[in-house]
Amino acid sequence: MTSTVGSGSRMVATTSQRVEPQRLVRFDGAERVLHWVNATLFLTVMSTAAVLYVGPLSAAVGRRELIRQIHVWCGIALPVPVLVTLAGRWGKGFRADVSRLNRWTKDDKRWFRSFGRDPYVELGKFNPGQKLNASFIAGVIVLMLATGSVMNWFHYFPVDWRTGATFVHDWIAVILFVVVVGHIGMALADPESLGSMVRGWVPARWAREHRPRWYEEETGSDAQREVVAGQLAGHLDGGD
Amino acid sequence: MARVETEAPVKGTPVGRRVVLGMIGLGAAGVVFGSKAQDWLEHVLAPITARDGTGLSSFLPVGRFRIYSVTGDLPNKSTVDYRLKVGGHVDQPFELSFADLQAMPPTNLDKDFQCVTGWRVHNVKWTGVRLGDLLNKAGIKAGAGGVEFHSFDGAYTESLTMEQALRPDVIVAYSMEGKTVSREHGGPVRMYVAPMYGYKSCKWLDGISVVAGQPQPGYWEVRGYDVDGWVGKSNGRDDKPTS
Repeated sequence: MTSTVGSGSRMVATTSQRVEPQRLVRFDGAERVLHWVNATLFLTVMSTAAVLYVGPLSAAVGRRELIRQIHVWCGIALPVPVLVTLAGRWGKGFRADVSRLNRWTKDDKRWFRSFGRDPYVELGKFNPGQKLNASFIAGVIVLMLATGSVMNWFHYFPVDWRTGATFVHDWIAVILFVVVVGHIGMALADPESLGSMVRGWVPARWAREHRPRWYEEETGSDAQREVVAGQLAGHLDGGD
Repeated sequence: MARVETEAPVKGTPVGRRVVLGMIGLGAAGVVFGSKAQDWLEHVLAPITARDGTGLSSFLPVGRFRIYSVTGDLPNKSTVDYRLKVGGHVDQPFELSFADLQAMPPTNLDKDFQCVTGWRVHNVKWTGVRLGDLLNKAGIKAGAGGVEFHSFDGAYTESLTMEQALRPDVIVAYSMEGKTVSREHGGPVRMYVAPMYGYKSCKWLDGISVVAGQPQPGYWEVRGYDVDGWVGKSNGRDDKPTS
C-alpha cells in the first residue's frame, strides 16, 4: 500500500487523485547504488591522488607504489558503474535522469544567469547547478581516464603528450577537488536533497516548492496553484 | 497548455552534452599543447601566487615538484644517522657525516629543475658541496673514467663521466630552498646535476664511487633514458637549457 518503489508509478503513499502524495520517489535503488559506488571510487582516487601529489602527505604515508596501484585501478574502474547502470533493465530511472540532466530549459538558463535568485523560475527535477555538476563529472571520467592512460603507458605515446597529459590531469584534479567539496557542502546544507540520495524519496511539499515542474510531471497537479493560487498566471509560457 | 509542455522532459538545449564535448576538446588541446600552455599559465599565475598569503596556491600544478621513487616507499634517514661514502678508484676513500658536509665550502645554485616527463620548477635554490671538491679531496687515480652514485633506497643508481662530474654546477646538495632537503625530495642529501634532467640527480645519495673506465648506466638509462641527459639535447626533448 505505501511502498510502490520500483513499480510503474513513481508515487508513494497515494490513495486517490484528490489526496496529495506525502512522498515522491526521486532516486530509485539502482541510481542510489550507482551514486554511492561512484562516490566511493571518487573519494579513493582523490585521496590517493592527494598522497601522491602533496609532498608532506607522501612522506607521512609512504608506500608509494601501493598508493599508485590503488589510484590507477580505481581510476580504470571509474566508468564501470555508470556504464553498467546505463546498460541494464535496472537503468530505466537513471537513463531518464541522464536525459533530464542533459537538457536545459529556458527556466534553467534564467536560473543560471540570476545565480538561482530569479523568483519566477520553475525548475524541473534538477537545478542547473546539479546539471552542470553531473556533466562535469561525466567529462572528468573521460578526461582523467584518457590522460591517466597516457601517463601510465607513456612509452606508447609521443614524448610531448606525457607533458600535456600530466598538465591536463593535474588541473582537472584541482578543479575536481573544488567541485566535489562544493557538492558535499551543498548536499549537507540541503538535508531533503541529501536524504533523497540515501532513502530515495523527498517529501512532496519539498518537490512542490523547489522542483515544481517535476512535481507536476509526477503528480499531474499544478504545483503553482497549490503554493500561491492564481499568482503568476501565464509565466509558464516562458518555458519550453 | 502548460501541461503539454512539461510532459516532455527531454526537451531543451543539450547543454550537458556540450559541456562534456567541450571538456574533451579542451582536454585534447591541453594534451597536445600542454608544455606551451603550462609555460603560459605559469607566467599568468606568477604575480597572483606571489601575493597569495594563504599558501593555497602551492597546491596548484604550476612550478611544482612531483615526487618519484623507484622503490615502493620513500626512504628515511635522519641527518644524525646520515653518512656519505666517497671511494672507488681514489687515493683516499673517506666517509662524511651531514655536519662534515655542511662544514665544507658551500656552493649555492639558483637554477631550474627540469624533469624528463615535462614539468619544470623555476629558480630552485640549492646549497651543497661541489662534487669535484669531494673527488679532489679523495684524490682521483689515473685512468678514472667516471663516477657512480648509490642511493640508500637500495635500488637507484646513476652515473656521470669524469668530465661531467667535475663541472662547477654539479653539487652534492644538502639544502633546498633554505631548508635541509626533505625526505620526499631525496634528503637529507641528494645530487643536483644542474644541466641535466632530474633523473641524473640521484636522490637519497649515500655513496659516490669513482670507477676506472666507463661507468655503468643508471637505473633509468638501462630502461631507455639517455645516459648523457642534457636538458634540451637528449631524450627527444627540446626544453630550454637549465644551466
